[in-house]
Amino acid sequence: MTTTGNAKPSRLSPEAVPRRDWLGLSAMWSMGAAMAFSLIGMLRLPKAAVLSSPSKKFRVTLPASLNAGEAFVPPGRTVAVFKDAEGVHAISTVCTHLGCVIKPVAEGFECPCHGSQFHGDGSVKRGPAPRALPWLKVTASGGNLMVDEGAVVPAGTKVNV
Amino acid sequence: MSALRTFGDDLKAAPKRMWETAFRGGAPNTDRTRSTFVFGNVFLHLHATRTHRWSLRWTTTLGLGMATTAAFLLTLITGILLMFYYKPYPDVAYDSIKDIHFVVPTGRFMRNIHRWAANVMVVCVILHMARTFYTAAYRKPREFNWLIGMGLLVVTLALSFTGYLLPWDQLAYWAITIGANIAQSPREVTDALGITEHFDPGGLQRLLLLGSDVVGAEALIRFYLLHVMILPLALAALMGVHFWRIRKDGGMVKPHDADQRVGPPEVHLNPVFTEEPAKTYQLAALVKGRTKAVGGSPENTVPSMPHLFYAELGVLMLTTLVCLALSMLSDAPLKELANPGVPENPAKAPWYFLGLQELVAFSAVMGGIGVPTIVLIGLGLIPYLDRESRATGVWFGGPGGWPLVKQSIYYGLACSLLVESFVIRFGWLREWFPNIQQLIVTAVNPATIITTLYGAWSVWMVKKHDSARAGALALFTCFLCGFLVLTIIGTYFRGPNWVFYWSPSQWPKH
Repeated sequence: MTTTGNAKPSRLSPEAVPRRDWLGLSAMWSMGAAMAFSLIGMLRLPKAAVLSSPSKKFRVTLPASLNAGEAFVPPGRTVAVFKDAEGVHAISTVCTHLGCVIKPVAEGFECPCHGSQFHGDGSVKRGPAPRALPWLKVTASGGNLMVDEGAVVPAGTKVNV
Repeated sequence: MSALRTFGDDLKAAPKRMWETAFRGGAPNTDRTRSTFVFGNVFLHLHATRTHRWSLRWTTTLGLGMATTAAFLLTLITGILLMFYYKPYPDVAYDSIKDIHFVVPTGRFMRNIHRWAANVMVVCVILHMARTFYTAAYRKPREFNWLIGMGLLVVTLALSFTGYLLPWDQLAYWAITIGANIAQSPREVTDALGITEHFDPGGLQRLLLLGSDVVGAEALIRFYLLHVMILPLALAALMGVHFWRIRKDGGMVKPHDADQRVGPPEVHLNPVFTEEPAKTYQLAALVKGRTKAVGGSPENTVPSMPHLFYAELGVLMLTTLVCLALSMLSDAPLKELANPGVPENPAKAPWYFLGLQELVAFSAVMGGIGVPTIVLIGLGLIPYLDRESRATGVWFGGPGGWPLVKQSIYYGLACSLLVESFVIRFGWLREWFPNIQQLIVTAVNPATIITTLYGAWSVWMVKKHDSARAGALALFTCFLCGFLVLTIIGTYFRGPNWVFYWSPSQWPKH
């Protein structure tokens, strides 16, 4: 197939690629590219674009008898809500170690899974937890108290109601 | 008239001929028909027609590979049966398992067998790997098959773990919560560096695993898909390659003097005498490797039918017997329905992950991802670092030998026990310095300390014996001991809040 003159092929005048080889090669490479693109499509599929989890924002009604420093856990939620003279704040009760639900105790929080303990402000007292418990956003409007599990606020943020 | 008669005769003979055409070789009662029995059957053809007597000694393999395969077949059959009734949707899943347990005919027994066979498979696959390691069977030309075997180990563990979620009870739910958060634990490092917002591999892993940000319906269907489709297919494909390569790599590993070790074959074993070839080999020219058998006589092989097949059948029956007996003695557990608000206390993973859970109780990313990755990389490198040839195919062969293994057992047990006793008695860094940087805890914790101690011992053994095999023997033995110690502590000595108790009877009542 190759028909070259006497001149040896060099970098400046390379041997011409025969047409058939070129067609074959481009067919092969375009097939490879098509397969790569379809693979990207298949890999994208398992990464959910919309999460099916329930809404993270919910309304809280604090019991009237709630003492300062006492935790109120809304039923079915992983949040502890506190109320004192400075206002209301909410702390997540999902352990920052491996996601177990922690229990508010008299002096802070305790995790049943690997023994992490937290102070009342969410900071780590002992155990494997790598981070403090996040404080969650609380909004008060027209007497309604809303907590957003998806929004983290700096520790110490309290809302007056 | 005669055509009709022929027709009648043919019709009468049809069943017999069907049988004959299906099994063309005839009864395996001569050397030739015994060979035909093997190579004339697509399933049996995975085996060679003749097997070396060394491979048939029970101490060569202990039948562990076959036992693993048998356990897999048991889980496959019972798993398909369970799929008749199982429904992968939260709450409904729990009810369907309850139905299988209490209503479906033989359902409880099938589920028990499925659970026990899965456990037997995990045990056998670990022991099989240890056998392969201690007989140095991973050496040339079997290096790559060792890697395939590692893949099979990982897939086996993944199958067990994904199966753990399906009942959707408390045990399952919290084991998966912990598992998914271990997948997310690279955040321990990215958070400490403050780059999680831009680079979050942990969060991505968790999202891909759960399909959501909570353990729910999406997670269940993903684990179901992995458990009944993706992982079994991967396992079957890898098993095919694993078995095929055993053939291609020359069967079971044998020491170079295996012929002398087993002695001359007895007369009733039908020895084969190989003659000098009369013609050139057309196939031998294409196939790599030496044709050692030519000119040697007599061969120390016996027909695979019946010697090898009966041995394999024996292991299959024994494995089945063990699984059935265990299934009759002990029921697979089913706790209360999963409750996302109240964790199981203590929340324990399946037993073979409790060693890792013991380590994640100090640093999630090191215990759950770092050390396992280091161990897997180390295991994978073994055949490429140990290029020696001394004592291949012999138990505890190579420089150092059994004395080195014994020392390593003592050292491995002592290190893990001492480190664990220390942290159980005195606690760890955070208890002494509450404000310590997380990265320091991630870098210095029981997981990394035990790994470093084992690594140092191994390096010392490489130097002392001037051999990579000695280092591998030391390291493998140490990690096996560490796995054992941590698993036992995690299983029997950890109670509520992961506190150490000498016995579950001391657990606080709540």
